Amino acid sequence: MQTVQFAAKFDFLDEIREFVGDVARKNGFTDREVYNIQLATDEAASNIIEHAYEGVTNGLLEISCGVRNKAITIILVDHGESFDPSGVPTPDLKADLSDRKIGGLGLFLMRKLMDEVHYTAEPKKNRNTLTMIKRKG
Amino acid sequence: MEITVQEFKHCDMITVKGRVDSATAPQLAQALEAANEGGKYKLVVNMEGLEYMSSAGFRALLAAQRNCKKYNRGEVVLAGVPDRIREALELAGFTELFKTFDNNLTAVGHF
Repeated sequence: MQTVQFAAKFDFLDEIREFVGDVARKNGFTDREVYNIQLATDEAASNIIEHAYEGVTNGLLEISCGVRNKAITIILVDHGESFDPSGVPTPDLKADLSDRKIGGLGLFLMRKLMDEVHYTAEPKKNRNTLTMIKRKG
Repeated sequence: MEITVQEFKHCDMITVKGRVDSATAPQLAQALEAANEGGKYKLVVNMEGLEYMSSAGFRALLAAQRNCKKYNRGEVVLAGVPDRIREALELAGFTELFKTFDNNLTAVGHF
């Protein structure tokens, strides 16, 4: 596992995608898988920056990434507000243009693009952990 | 990310290159809003040179589509959508909200 700390700012999304993309590419994931891993990680990081660290200018986002047994694991740790993923409604993909909800799309994409998505909030430690796993092929 | 706007007789083409994420999506949203504020509601978003787009970009497109389709005054269509981005748009159920064209010429010809 490699771990890198990023300032929780949208400006670092490029570097965050590069970090997980490099690990995936070096471990033989296809271009399509690399793209989807980068997209899921971007959505996760964007949610943390936008919601967990809403109004916080000096938040830290710690990302760990590694491959074992043909599966890549990405762990995002933040120290902001926790949230309840089960409280995020699944977007209605059949809704008309006017009824289409704007929220919840990031989490929906993460769940679709990755094989596993787990979230743990530890309010006493002020620590939230999002773990995503994607298997090859 | 880089945005250029070209005016055609029956529509405007907004060409977006590079990467659209939460950092850059506001610029795309602004370009789309600026077109609407200028009375342009028939828009081609040319994605041929686009490398990456997250849901932040999808939301900008959705907001523009809502505004353009109001009163039947126009619509946003997508041209030259790269495979990876098309797959993500499909996953998000967005391909049903936008007409897509293989290249910008056929997209411009649609209007």
